[in-house]
Amino acid sequence: MTAHGLLGDALFLLVLTLAAIPVGRYMYRVFEGEKTFLDRLARPLERAIFRLAGIDAEGGMGWRAYAVAFLVSNLAMAVLVYLLLWLQPDLPLNPAHLGPIPPTTVFNTVASFITNTNWQVYTPETSLSYLSQFALEFLQFTTPAAGIVVAIAFVRGFVQGRGDLGNYYRDFVRALSRIFLPIAFVAAIALIAAGVPDTLSGPAIAHTLGGATQVIARGPVAAFEAIKQLGTNGGGFFNANSAHPFENPGPLSNLIEEFLMALLPTALLFTFGEYIKNRRQAWIIFGVTMTLFAVLLLVVYSSEAAGNPILNHLLGATGPNWEGKETRFGISGSSLFAAITTAFTTGAVNAMHDSLTPLGGFVPIFQIMLNTVFGGAGAGLLNILMFVIITVFVTGLMVGRTPELFGKKIESREVTAAAAAMLVHPFIVLAASAVALSTAAGRAGIFNPGFHGLSEVVYAYASSAANNGSAFAGLGAASPFYAVSTGIVVLLGRYVSMLLMLYIAGSLLAKKTVPASTGTLRTDTWTFGWIYLGIVLIVGALTFFPVLALGPIAEQLSMLAGKVF
Amino acid sequence: MARGVSYKGLWQRAMLDSLRKLDPRVQYRNPVMFVVEVGTLVTLLMSIDPGLFGGPPQPGARAYDVLVTVILVVTLLFANFAEALAEGRGRAQAASLRRTKAETIAHRIDEAGAAAGDVPASQLQKGDVVRVEAGELIPADGEIVRGVASIDESAITGESAPVIREAGGDFSSVTGGTRVLSDWIEMRVEQEPGKSFLDRMIALVEGAERQKSPNELALTVLLAALTLIFLIVIDTLPPLAGYLHAHLSVATLIALLVCLIPTTIGALLSAIGIAGMDRVIRFNIIAKSGKAVEAAGDVDTLILDKTGTITLGNRMAARFLPMPTVDQARFVHAALLASHHDDTPEGKSIVVLAEREGEQVEGQEMDGATQIAFSAETRRSGVVLKDGREISKGAVDVIRRMAERAGSAVPAELDTFTEEIARSGGTPLAVIEDGQVLGVIHLKDIIKPGMQERFAALRRMGIHTIMVTGDNPLTAATIAREAGVDDFIAEAKPEDKMRRIREEQAEGRLVAMTGDGTNDAPALAQADVGLAMNSGTSAAKEAGNMVDLDSDPTKLIEVVSIGKQLLITRGAITTFSIANDVAKYFAIIPAMFVTAVPVLSALNVMHLTSPQSAILSALIFNALIIPALIPLALRGVRYRPMGATEMLQRNILLYGLGGVVLPFIGIKLIDLALTAMGLARI
Repeated sequence: MTAHGLLGDALFLLVLTLAAIPVGRYMYRVFEGEKTFLDRLARPLERAIFRLAGIDAEGGMGWRAYAVAFLVSNLAMAVLVYLLLWLQPDLPLNPAHLGPIPPTTVFNTVASFITNTNWQVYTPETSLSYLSQFALEFLQFTTPAAGIVVAIAFVRGFVQGRGDLGNYYRDFVRALSRIFLPIAFVAAIALIAAGVPDTLSGPAIAHTLGGATQVIARGPVAAFEAIKQLGTNGGGFFNANSAHPFENPGPLSNLIEEFLMALLPTALLFTFGEYIKNRRQAWIIFGVTMTLFAVLLLVVYSSEAAGNPILNHLLGATGPNWEGKETRFGISGSSLFAAITTAFTTGAVNAMHDSLTPLGGFVPIFQIMLNTVFGGAGAGLLNILMFVIITVFVTGLMVGRTPELFGKKIESREVTAAAAAMLVHPFIVLAASAVALSTAAGRAGIFNPGFHGLSEVVYAYASSAANNGSAFAGLGAASPFYAVSTGIVVLLGRYVSMLLMLYIAGSLLAKKTVPASTGTLRTDTWTFGWIYLGIVLIVGALTFFPVLALGPIAEQLSMLAGKVF
Repeated sequence: MARGVSYKGLWQRAMLDSLRKLDPRVQYRNPVMFVVEVGTLVTLLMSIDPGLFGGPPQPGARAYDVLVTVILVVTLLFANFAEALAEGRGRAQAASLRRTKAETIAHRIDEAGAAAGDVPASQLQKGDVVRVEAGELIPADGEIVRGVASIDESAITGESAPVIREAGGDFSSVTGGTRVLSDWIEMRVEQEPGKSFLDRMIALVEGAERQKSPNELALTVLLAALTLIFLIVIDTLPPLAGYLHAHLSVATLIALLVCLIPTTIGALLSAIGIAGMDRVIRFNIIAKSGKAVEAAGDVDTLILDKTGTITLGNRMAARFLPMPTVDQARFVHAALLASHHDDTPEGKSIVVLAEREGEQVEGQEMDGATQIAFSAETRRSGVVLKDGREISKGAVDVIRRMAERAGSAVPAELDTFTEEIARSGGTPLAVIEDGQVLGVIHLKDIIKPGMQERFAALRRMGIHTIMVTGDNPLTAATIAREAGVDDFIAEAKPEDKMRRIREEQAEGRLVAMTGDGTNDAPALAQADVGLAMNSGTSAAKEAGNMVDLDSDPTKLIEVVSIGKQLLITRGAITTFSIANDVAKYFAIIPAMFVTAVPVLSALNVMHLTSPQSAILSALIFNALIIPALIPLALRGVRYRPMGATEMLQRNILLYGLGGVVLPFIGIKLIDLALTAMGLARI
């Protein structure tokens, strides 16, 4: 670790925080229909969309209507993209004349992109046409928007005196027209300035001095890259993702991308503070989450900086772990990227997570297992609030009152749904991993033996369940077994908990807001914040401790013991 | 309960019950312990046939399986024992109640009062009228229609002093099982057969009518979810470990599962609930449901009557204010004479104060004096002495009219003093002798001792208190300030109480109130927690969801504490239970993988002797913690009124942090003991 690197990290987090506050408040104004500076630009566009689609975007919706609108619109988009990918060879914008995509890959890709996961089992530049890439880019815009509006609808359940959760279509369109399109537009320009290409021309042909001919893939990369990061999507234009020099040419583009990944999930915490009229509450959740993130960032950074003792011993030198990293980002730039992409469940990578030191690799896998270190666009806030509900219930009992959260009583219905939502994530991760590791089809895909192989499989399913999309790699993820199983896991990981959370919101909406007294458990205190963090860690750690022990922990201990595989 | 319940044999009975409760049909109701029972069954089968689940035969496997089975059975028994003990205590109380329910013969009478035949009490129908003579047991709950009698209610209330019950008014209700000591009454039966107060009380303490309260239900769901999570963790472990060529013993997996699922709270949850109800009953309060007790813990607003609750029932003389032309001693002496025969608390307090000022009734001064009793119509009382002098005391306007009628001048001071007294929240009482106003007595409301502290405690709990009084706003404000209540309703009519409850509820608050009169019944029913006084009418008792047998309205405060304590105990033991898992993991995981993944022994931070002893120690700790916490579950976590955040900090340190640390120590100690006994390696 260098002072330079640490200072850089600290500065980055400071800038992120300073930017997230106004963006968070701006999002509140957008969703509550208050005046914003984009009104004159966005309003005609929105009106045209609603007229064209023939949608009533005014009436408020209960949780059922909101959930149905969410599901139906998701299904429609999934079917559209499915058709575009399936029919790729017969469709335009295919300058390289790429052929058909295998059916299991189409299923996996659609499932993965509709759920904001962007797990990629294909090599984009050699298997997807520009139209197919655009189709996925379309989902990269719409799925984070859908995630955010579901989170907004959930938060509205707490708002005093509200009779509905809002209008899904109105929220969804406004999220696109006033948040994602404008920010992505500016970000794409910034990325072009930082050296990212953007063109509709086919691959460049280069003749090297040695006389060989190179076909260099390129395309509308900057536009793709901007929304890939902003929407916590993570699916790269190229297979190498953000390690590819066209996606991420240097330190400046790297910083921009890290910033984009973290911006909206962080800002959403402040939006939430505006909704419940308690900015202090937002700061508390932000504070404890940021502390956890900072600690985990330090773990991965220090572990990578310390390098591999066995290797260092063999070389007779001390140095960081450079394996799988791009020198243009450095240890610091790679560590921060790895921490952010798994905390905010983006899934973009600028280094090989598979090649991180065991402890360094522990951090990404742990973050996607917790799924609450900020989390993805919308989904993160939902997960955080789900754990807040569990925390409030347990601790609320300890102050001798029926637990209340932001003035709404947390009773059997809410606890049941929150507990079920909490159950989904470990269930699909562990069950799918167990199936993969005990079947021939699953074992066939593992390239590394021992603890690391186990980590690879668990990482794949944790990443799918958390809708992260990054991979430890080292896994034959394209095999029909993994394509189908991860496809199922991403769908369960996204929709089950979101629907349960909407159900909770509906139940909360019907409750009266109880005025707070000194007997009420205050959730906007650091005491509560740390207890919340304790519950997240204990439940997360208790659930995944055995697999972590058998994976990264055993591997780290082996490395320290000088054992190689 | 102060009624000499015999707890002899309670333990033996509870132990027998623990065995009986092993029946899966009973265990099924408790998801956490049911999982333990299924696990026990599996290890039992393996003790018989170690090769049941295949795998390589291990030396000493059977002994190990037998040990695990034994510990698991003991865990189950401990859990059953906790519940049986709590139930047993209730049952002991019910038995003593049932003894009073001995079959009595009721003498039915008809409209005219003529005898209409004797029937056993159990066959009385609602609406029957019966006559009860001195020495007889009252056969059913009802209202007195004729007569007045002193009644021994100790069978219900535990209070030995008899109470007076009479027809009409708010003291007309009688309870079956109590005894008429003197005189007679004729009463109308107000209950269906088998649904008497006593029946309900017995059912309640026996737990026969125990339904899970909403919070308990929610907690059960959370515990079931946690159990499910750990079931998944354990079920997926063999395939995961199998990839690393680690073969895990089924008994060890079950041991880990039982250690991880929240058995501590699972075992104690129902005991906590039963004990909570029991505590309420010990306070001589009958709650009609566990829900009502829990709701008491949630109360935001407390509505209390001034008289009898906040202040002593009556005003006391505090000061004598003579008119300027009247000698102080003369005025005090006259006041003393006027009150000499007055048995009302006000009258007595005047006598006490006068004597303190040095006045005495001299010689035969009072011989042959005639008393003028107070009546609502005249609003004065007094005395006509032998020598014909007439001294009266009464409401200021009444006395003024008497003076005016007598043609004597009314001093301006009468108004000045009256106003001054009223402003300070007191009540003025004027004294007149043969038409001449002598002075004004300042009567004051006396706040019950300790009320200020109680209201301060309530404020710390975050409970808003409202005093209801018929006094004028000025008086009300003064008493409210002195007692420390937050708000008051002055010149209150019965419907004002109701309106206020509705207003508070509309703002999302939970309201508790006490009441005894029939006109309190609607408000008692409307309130979330309605504590009716046992001395009150049956309408009031029917409307409230709790009845205080001691008829002490201030006990509402204790009920709130008990309700909170119930929830805190559940939350604390849940937190403790979950926090325990951390240490258990550190004991079991390295032990489990000792052969397949030896590097994990670095996680054996407690340096436990052997894999077997590590697993057994964790399992034994898990079992022992249940009986260790039974006293806490039955007694409840200590509750002191304090702010929520402060309380949370205290409890999280004690039960959260304590729950993480304690098992590390406990498991290590058990491991040392096992090692010393030579059980560490088998």
